[in-house]
Amino acid sequence: MKELLSPGHTACPACCDTMIAKFTLRALGEDCIIISPTGCLEVTTSAFPTSSWNVPWIHSLFENAGAVASGIEAALKAMNKKEDTKVVVLAGDGGTLDIGIRSISGAFERGHDIIYICIDNEAYMNTGVQRSGATPFNATTTTSPSGKVSFGNPLPKKNMPAIMNAHGAPYVATATLAYPKDFMKKVKKAGSIEGPTYIHAHAPCTTGWGFDTSKTVEIGKLAVQTALWPLYEIENGTITSVKKVKNKKPVEEYLRMQKRFKHLFTKEGGEEEIAKIQKIADENIDIFGLQ
Amino acid sequence: MAILREADKDKMTVVEGSYAVAHAVKVCRPHVISAYPITPQTHIVEELSQFIADGEIPNCAYMNVESEFSALSALVGSAATGARCYSATTSQGLALMHEVLFNFSGLRLPMVMTIVNRALSAPINIWNDQQDSISQRDTGWIQLYAEDIQEASDMIAQAYKISEDKDVLLPAMVCMDGFILSHVYEPLVLLEEDLTNEYLKPYETNYKLDPKNPLSFGAFADPSSYTEFRYLQQQAMDKAINKVEEAADEFKELYGRYYGGVIDTYMTEDADIILCAMGSIIGTLRDVVDNLRSNGKKVGLLKVRAFRPFPAEAIKQAVSNTSVIVALDKNISIGLNEGALLTELKSILYNTNLNMPVIGFSIGHGGRDIPEKTIEDIVQKAENVIKSGISHESEFVDLREDLI
Repeated sequence: MKELLSPGHTACPACCDTMIAKFTLRALGEDCIIISPTGCLEVTTSAFPTSSWNVPWIHSLFENAGAVASGIEAALKAMNKKEDTKVVVLAGDGGTLDIGIRSISGAFERGHDIIYICIDNEAYMNTGVQRSGATPFNATTTTSPSGKVSFGNPLPKKNMPAIMNAHGAPYVATATLAYPKDFMKKVKKAGSIEGPTYIHAHAPCTTGWGFDTSKTVEIGKLAVQTALWPLYEIENGTITSVKKVKNKKPVEEYLRMQKRFKHLFTKEGGEEEIAKIQKIADENIDIFGLQ
Repeated sequence: MAILREADKDKMTVVEGSYAVAHAVKVCRPHVISAYPITPQTHIVEELSQFIADGEIPNCAYMNVESEFSALSALVGSAATGARCYSATTSQGLALMHEVLFNFSGLRLPMVMTIVNRALSAPINIWNDQQDSISQRDTGWIQLYAEDIQEASDMIAQAYKISEDKDVLLPAMVCMDGFILSHVYEPLVLLEEDLTNEYLKPYETNYKLDPKNPLSFGAFADPSSYTEFRYLQQQAMDKAINKVEEAADEFKELYGRYYGGVIDTYMTEDADIILCAMGSIIGTLRDVVDNLRSNGKKVGLLKVRAFRPFPAEAIKQAVSNTSVIVALDKNISIGLNEGALLTELKSILYNTNLNMPVIGFSIGHGGRDIPEKTIEDIVQKAENVIKSGISHESEFVDLREDLI
């Protein structure tokens, strides 16, 4: 099988971005157009005069992927060239939840036939691990560092799938690199549905989260097994499937493996902070009926 | 000077400037129109929306986007897919597009956007000046300025021809003064559909997003190659000078209407004083020149149609025998106290053997009316410069002392 994302790119070993891009293309095949806003995926795959992309690919700006995708879809339809071509955004969390939220909101409200995949590594990794709206509670980043009077990011993670569901998207799903078959199944499903579809993918970042490059998949699985990253599908506003969490693991197992949560295990008061994170996981169990 | 074929007078109809522009866009057969409402641009996009609603623009999508930023961003995608694209905006909307403007031209994508020139906030003001488009001068867009609504609408076809030329591939702004042109009703010839089909061929390109021939757009360029991208953009602008002329000449040939190429001149050959400006003020200046000429004063008019690419050679040739040049600018670089034409005129004359004085006036900000008397007073000041040299190189005119 021809890989549609060529090796030789400059991503870190164990990088989730390029693996998610590769699985996306395996799921969709050649007949697609990819839009990547500014970020790790763009930088690592398009250093002029090289390109890793064996499908048409465009990078415009950081905050406009939703609009660029809309314009591509509208142009294909106007020129009667849409046929089965999939218009797919592969964006990071900053470009989606924060600076790009206006343009994704417009694209979904207008109902363009696009697939938007957010590769969520929970901070601005391309610029050196700064906090984004997707950074989880109590994670340390370079702009939400833990310190004498801080346990890191004091704010909850923005619930982007809920926001996209509120736009009336016919399909919203969460996924993770750690379960690639599940991820590809969801991408295929998104591709089979007319209208704007959204997949929010957990993307452990070895550099930004601080773990050994052999542990990407393990971390990804632990996020699901602790219920910190619930896997679900929402179709036309209704939850239609969840991945049940059997033998739920305590959040410590997930947090302990990552340097971004190390302070929770070394600082006085850390236990109480971990308990707060456990509460988030427990709430997910209830909200999504994970058990 | 502007030419209108005698026979065309039978084809004239009275419409609003915005309608004339929308009609011109329609007959240029765009595939995607993407815009966001903002005064005084709205009438253009309303008319286009109605054309779409009535099925009068086949194979065209109209995108009601959520901001000007997305209006232009969407067209990045559309143009990269090989579509002919159109948008219109003004003032705050154009400022919001700033980042996308650089991106559009850097990606070497063609399109045409009407800028209905308006002042920038603060203080908020919806009336005309040209600060909005002038502030985007370095974004790599072609900028053409129209004198009246006939030119603003005909220029749409010319701009597509220039922008889509294989040697150019740069986006183009067609600038028309807000309200003064966008909302005025005047007799004109609506851009002829049959002639336009002949004048403007469908846009075709090999550089597009197509799964059958996958290409990458918007790669990142490090210090070893970034410079050459910028150089090639400059080279394309250089080539655009002749393309602007050719587009005007071919238009004249086919439609019988002509407004100048990169510049237009009126009674400049023997002029002691040359007034230099852009946009709707040109009409007022023609009248003033006529009046002063009838009183024996040798005044001429230089209309700048293309601000980018800047027509340095054409201007140098046009002003070579004059005694003083007067730039009239509806914009100001605060901190330099100069309008853009004044700055550019001085810069192109430096390092040449032309050493006539150049003075400038900041005029018509935020829709302030420009009566003929104001221009006559300016000419008087220019005469004083000929007699006794420059006292003020650049100044605001018609200031209200009671507000200062």
